[in-house]
Amino acid sequence: MTRKALLGGVSAAVFAVAAAGVGLADIRTGDSLVINGEIQIVTEAEPPAHLEGALSTLYSGWVFRTDETRAMQADDFDNPGMLYVEQGIDAFNTVMGSEGNSCASCHENPESLANVRPSYPQWDEAHGTVQTVEMQVQECQTERMGMEQPYGYDSQQMRNMVALIASVARGQTVDVAIDGPAAEAWELGREIYYTQYGQMELSCAQCHEQNYGNLIRADHLSQGQINGFPTYRLKNANIVSVHNRFRGCIRDTRGEPFSVGSPEFVALELYVASRGNGLTVEGPAVRN
Amino acid sequence: MAENVVPRVRVPRDASAGEAVSVRTLISHPMESGQRRGSDGNTIPRSIINRFTCEFNGELVIDVTIEPAVSTNPYFQFDATVNETGTFAFTWYDDDGSVYTESADITVA
Repeated sequence: MTRKALLGGVSAAVFAVAAAGVGLADIRTGDSLVINGEIQIVTEAEPPAHLEGALSTLYSGWVFRTDETRAMQADDFDNPGMLYVEQGIDAFNTVMGSEGNSCASCHENPESLANVRPSYPQWDEAHGTVQTVEMQVQECQTERMGMEQPYGYDSQQMRNMVALIASVARGQTVDVAIDGPAAEAWELGREIYYTQYGQMELSCAQCHEQNYGNLIRADHLSQGQINGFPTYRLKNANIVSVHNRFRGCIRDTRGEPFSVGSPEFVALELYVASRGNGLTVEGPAVRN
Repeated sequence: MAENVVPRVRVPRDASAGEAVSVRTLISHPMESGQRRGSDGNTIPRSIINRFTCEFNGELVIDVTIEPAVSTNPYFQFDATVNETGTFAFTWYDDDGSVYTESADITVA
């Protein structure tokens, strides 16, 4: 199923691109992002302890984008991602399933879920697994709302709902737990991050840790932070989920990607989210 | 028939006489170009907003012909000089015959 490189782990990544280095010459750092004139976004932050020696500063993907794209995110009217948030609000207040409940029956309003996005993925004791926001929505739908067929993991409806949950958390600091019962998944995610995949034999780290700021074809590589997801991508003219983006990256290595919603991608999401501990939630961000 | 078509406008509440105010408009619409094929191989029929107009107190401010190359969720921003208190009236014309309207008041001191 998955094509893994024979050389695994950290050591392979280190010597493979020994000559490369981060290139921030074309990137204008030091700017701040304030959404709607009130929500302060942290776009540059100190890295968490587990990244010591790997990254000197955390940069939101916003930093790597053009002035025009940056500006779109600063105002909800200009941010096309907010159209999907609006659809998410409609769904939030719509009764679904056999129990006659809407999301609002239990959660009152979306703002009451403001602490969800910054702490997910997180360990779920009842299910004995690490859960993403998408899995939490599906759990609510099947176990409490009586829906036989919950939203598909990467469906438009799911992305709208997750975008809504992210939008009410904008400005809150990402803080996912990597210790305790989540440690096993986090270790798996780290292993995946440093494993070279596909015919191109590329790991996540080779682009997003060792070469952020440099050009990949005509585009600047970012640090691959996921604090802005679900993200409105101009090329898709739609919002895109984290797992969809992971799949796209591995596809571009000419590897066969893990499937959306798979335990491997959940682990990778946990690990990548933890690399952004200290940045703030931006979803729905605007990227190219 | 396009679904989830919602017009939105953003106009300042107040302005001084003779001031050029920035008007922003957005309508959610798929803007299907009519040049794509579906999974069954058949052409997906064209379905776009083909015209957008803005009037201020009955006077035409802008009249736009929109072609299939315009992307989904058309967004227009333009400046309009206002000399008196009044109402902006916005109209979008859909290929399917639907007409969507929105308005915004502005007070000139």
